[in-house]
Amino acid sequence: MNAPHTAQGGKQRIASGGRIDRSKPLTFTLDGSPFQGFAGDTLASTLLAHNVHLVGRSFKYHRPRGILGSGVEEPNALFTLGDGGTREPNIAATTTELEQGLRARTQNAWPSVSLDFMAINSLLSPVFVAGFYYKTFMGPTRKAWMLYEHFIRKAAGLGASVADFDIHRYDYHNDYVDVLVIGSGAAGLAAALQAARAGADVMLVEQDFELGGALLNCPAASAQAQCLAHMLQEIKATGRVRLFTRSSAFGIYDGNTVGVIERSAPGIADPDFGVPRQRMRTVRAKAIVMACGAIERPLVFGGNDKPAVMLSSAVGAYVNRYAVAPGRRALFCVNNDAAYADAMSLAQSGAQVQLVDLRPTTAPALLTAANSVGITVHHGSAITQVSGFQRANTVRIEGFDSNTGRVMGGAAHHEVDLVAMSGGWTPTVHLTSHRNVKPVYRSDIACFVPGAFDRAQFGAGSMVGEQTWDGAIASGWTAGAQAAGVLSLHSSGDAPTLQDGFGMAFVPAGPLRSDQSGGKLFVDFQHDVTVDDVELAHREGYVSVEHLKRYTTLGMGTDQGKTSNLNGMGVMATARGLDVSLAGTTTFRPPYTPAALGALAGRNVRGHFQPERLTAMHDWHLAHGGVKMEAGYWLRTLWYRTHGATLSEAYKAEMEFVREAVGIADTSTLGKIDVQGPDAAEFLDRVYVNGYSKLAIGKARYGFMLREDGIVMDDGTTTRISETQFFMTTTTAQAAKVMSHLEFLLQVVWPELRVTVASVTDQWAAMSIAGPRTREVLQAAFPHLDFADASLPFMGLLDTHGNGPLEGVALRILRLTFSGELAYEIFVPTHHGLAVWEHLMAAGKPWQLRPYGLEALGSLRIEKGHVVGSEMDGRTTLGDMGAGRMASQTKDFWGKALSHSPHLQKPDRPSLVGLEAVDPAQPPSNGSILFFADDAIQGHGRGHVTSTTFSKTVGKAIALGLLQGGTAHVGQEVVAASPATGRQYRLRVVEPCFIDPQGVRYRV
Amino acid sequence: MLRIACPYCGTRDHEEFSYFGDATQAYPDLGVENHDAWVSTVYTRPNPRGIHSEFWQHTLGCRRWLVVKRHTVTHDIESVVPAAQRSVA
Repeated sequence: MNAPHTAQGGKQRIASGGRIDRSKPLTFTLDGSPFQGFAGDTLASTLLAHNVHLVGRSFKYHRPRGILGSGVEEPNALFTLGDGGTREPNIAATTTELEQGLRARTQNAWPSVSLDFMAINSLLSPVFVAGFYYKTFMGPTRKAWMLYEHFIRKAAGLGASVADFDIHRYDYHNDYVDVLVIGSGAAGLAAALQAARAGADVMLVEQDFELGGALLNCPAASAQAQCLAHMLQEIKATGRVRLFTRSSAFGIYDGNTVGVIERSAPGIADPDFGVPRQRMRTVRAKAIVMACGAIERPLVFGGNDKPAVMLSSAVGAYVNRYAVAPGRRALFCVNNDAAYADAMSLAQSGAQVQLVDLRPTTAPALLTAANSVGITVHHGSAITQVSGFQRANTVRIEGFDSNTGRVMGGAAHHEVDLVAMSGGWTPTVHLTSHRNVKPVYRSDIACFVPGAFDRAQFGAGSMVGEQTWDGAIASGWTAGAQAAGVLSLHSSGDAPTLQDGFGMAFVPAGPLRSDQSGGKLFVDFQHDVTVDDVELAHREGYVSVEHLKRYTTLGMGTDQGKTSNLNGMGVMATARGLDVSLAGTTTFRPPYTPAALGALAGRNVRGHFQPERLTAMHDWHLAHGGVKMEAGYWLRTLWYRTHGATLSEAYKAEMEFVREAVGIADTSTLGKIDVQGPDAAEFLDRVYVNGYSKLAIGKARYGFMLREDGIVMDDGTTTRISETQFFMTTTTAQAAKVMSHLEFLLQVVWPELRVTVASVTDQWAAMSIAGPRTREVLQAAFPHLDFADASLPFMGLLDTHGNGPLEGVALRILRLTFSGELAYEIFVPTHHGLAVWEHLMAAGKPWQLRPYGLEALGSLRIEKGHVVGSEMDGRTTLGDMGAGRMASQTKDFWGKALSHSPHLQKPDRPSLVGLEAVDPAQPPSNGSILFFADDAIQGHGRGHVTSTTFSKTVGKAIALGLLQGGTAHVGQEVVAASPATGRQYRLRVVEPCFIDPQGVRYRV
Repeated sequence: MLRIACPYCGTRDHEEFSYFGDATQAYPDLGVENHDAWVSTVYTRPNPRGIHSEFWQHTLGCRRWLVVKRHTVTHDIESVVPAAQRSVA
């Protein structure tokens, strides 16, 4: 790999020409060795300038591999760029702009690409055919898979994934445009120009760092280069076209939406200043023109994967765009006219060039042109073998009959340092495939073109099968006009013209195999899929193109089969005796080229991954040892480190001081909804299963609401503030759903009711203070208020204000309990939440008031048998909860009709029970399946465990569950079995209330 | 990316809305005697390959319930009206 660092930028550099800027030399390192190139080079062109062809080892066989192409189609030259937080594997050298100081590493070879120990896989290649893993690790050796997998994982893949955080910034942007043009080749530029002239506001995206597409690969003095310059000038003159280079349209979605990732130019990104490395643009266009071009197909012959075997158009690109001669003694093997231009460009740079044409003749003008630059042309011949150690150096040519597609023998050998191949062109149909449009086969050009375009989407250029420059420009012109037409904009005027002297005669070519062909003929370079693999798949019955793909992994690499799909399908079609047009195609999906996950995430990373909802007392909890837990977007305190070293210790301690003294919990996350209007009471009567229209002012009532299908939706406590105003609470998890539900009922079902609802969840902070000493604490905190039982009875409301330091602070104090102790819910406006909480903490000192967390809160309610989402899980009815009697008999309510459905009334439905641990002493795992004592432990059982905890008061582990027959089984033993852990628990069925079933403690 | 023309807020991306399914059914009175009508309303809905009349709520906007007619294959949206104006089966 140690190539000389030369001032001219490499011994293969052509002395003049190209689009590189020789006044700006730049150096990058590959595996530590420096290579100098120029601004405008890619990593690939720089390496080729220094005569470096060996750049990697193949996926499976670890064969030496070289640069095949010059663009996104590259399957072999994949490097890992950067280090640590900037490291990125599997980046194509052919599309990476040269940047000063860039550090690249080869992949998949150890210790180096030139000496790779894993090449031993090549010797085992008869075993490593398609389906190898599937066939080997079956039967008695299946357990051995876990052992083999460890080693296979180390050997598999190309680059290594990165464990460090990506330090770069990524941004996002929304674009709204009249016309989006994808691709800046001849057709794309023509389309943009026409649409802009018609008055449309145009956005053009090009994934390369320069505009021009294939026009960039033509010689500087050519008509193509002049046409490019002219069109760009005209486009800029319209003032209506925004041009984006380095911007890949990776996918197309509903509503004419295109995902584009825009890369910043070298040296721009700055993570410290937040300057993004890439920007994800979501483009919403009224019309889209796709001018995505076409990709050249390799030919399939023995040794076609060797370094220095390249696509013909890539050779042309390296010569004309980058001023690099990839070789000086070249042999081209082609089946079409277009490739002649590449051979002639190379010959004109001083190389010795021979050309082997599969066809029996060439158009005379073309032949003369080739001969005039010293190219020897052999007709009716084909390459059947390339040999060389780590680089092609010998080619075997044999006769070829293009009518039968058969190799005819008569071998001749030539020494070369470069082989160029062209098997024709494959339109880049990927974006239409994203819209689920199947491509159609055109036998005249032996390739698939897009089948159709969605409304307001149009195709142009070689993507739709145009084979000449003129045809491409004309089709772009038309597409641009059609796109403008979607906006009712019209233009006239003639398209630019660009005559090329060559026709497009072409003959399809399958594998070029002779009797003397040994070794492998490659179809998919990136995944090491050979002709033999495809024929094996056929023999084994995997003949559908979908099976072929997955069985052989053809087309499944990062290149998404850009150079392999059609050749592979051709081999299968031949094996099946079908025309390739009938063999079917697989579906391309986004992204067209690999997309950095960072670009898709944009700014929504780490702490910004999702919104955080914090209560007013959030910081206080953190400062006092609170350990947070995510509950949806909320951060709730689960337990406090001041009460125990572990969760398990702490929640038990918190439960204890709540039951024996007093505790306070932050319950601000509960949903709160303000319901107001003359018909508010009537509305609540229809929403809840129980009655609210007769609820007295200043009183609260616990209720359930059902879904339309009779299943329980949510529970909550609703308090009457006035004749026409109610304050509803919901569970945290269902708050949004209940809100939408109420709005639905008022807007869709009963629009005649005069009621408005408003979510006030964020407007009120809430705290629940509970325990035998609660009254003393509250009296001390609010001496001007009267908390005596007679003054504020159970389920009563004190709608008032604070005084002294809390002068004027609104207070809604509800006496209700979740824990079963004497308890009060205190609601205050959020901006006063912390002040009131701290005020209570101070007032509660004499009684050792302490905060308790969600775990303790949840365990206290299990002791009381209060149901939460674990019991109201979307499958349970009021009757299942043991709350059937709460449903009103005298009024109708939402869900009532279907709650009487036979399947919801069946007597054997599992219903709520309490469970006490018998053996072992630990709580049964949540979700364990319940069985009666004499049931076999199999099948669906008799119910399941819904909530579990350890109860110090009861002195054992307890749980709630749903059991067939419910409390009819009180006193009996059941078994809870967990299929996930394989454990079993013996439990005794009890009433679903373990403490104070008469409710004496909270009515004092 | 669907674009939905909320009658109150203008054309917005679909991400501002929540989808709530079929909107072709009328809701019977709540009484138990209408059990069979409720079965039909809740469980029997058309599932067209074509224009589908469906509820969306502009949850991240005006909170109004809307009825959208959308083609289930192409996702083209034919119309958007406030839910109270929907036509029922």
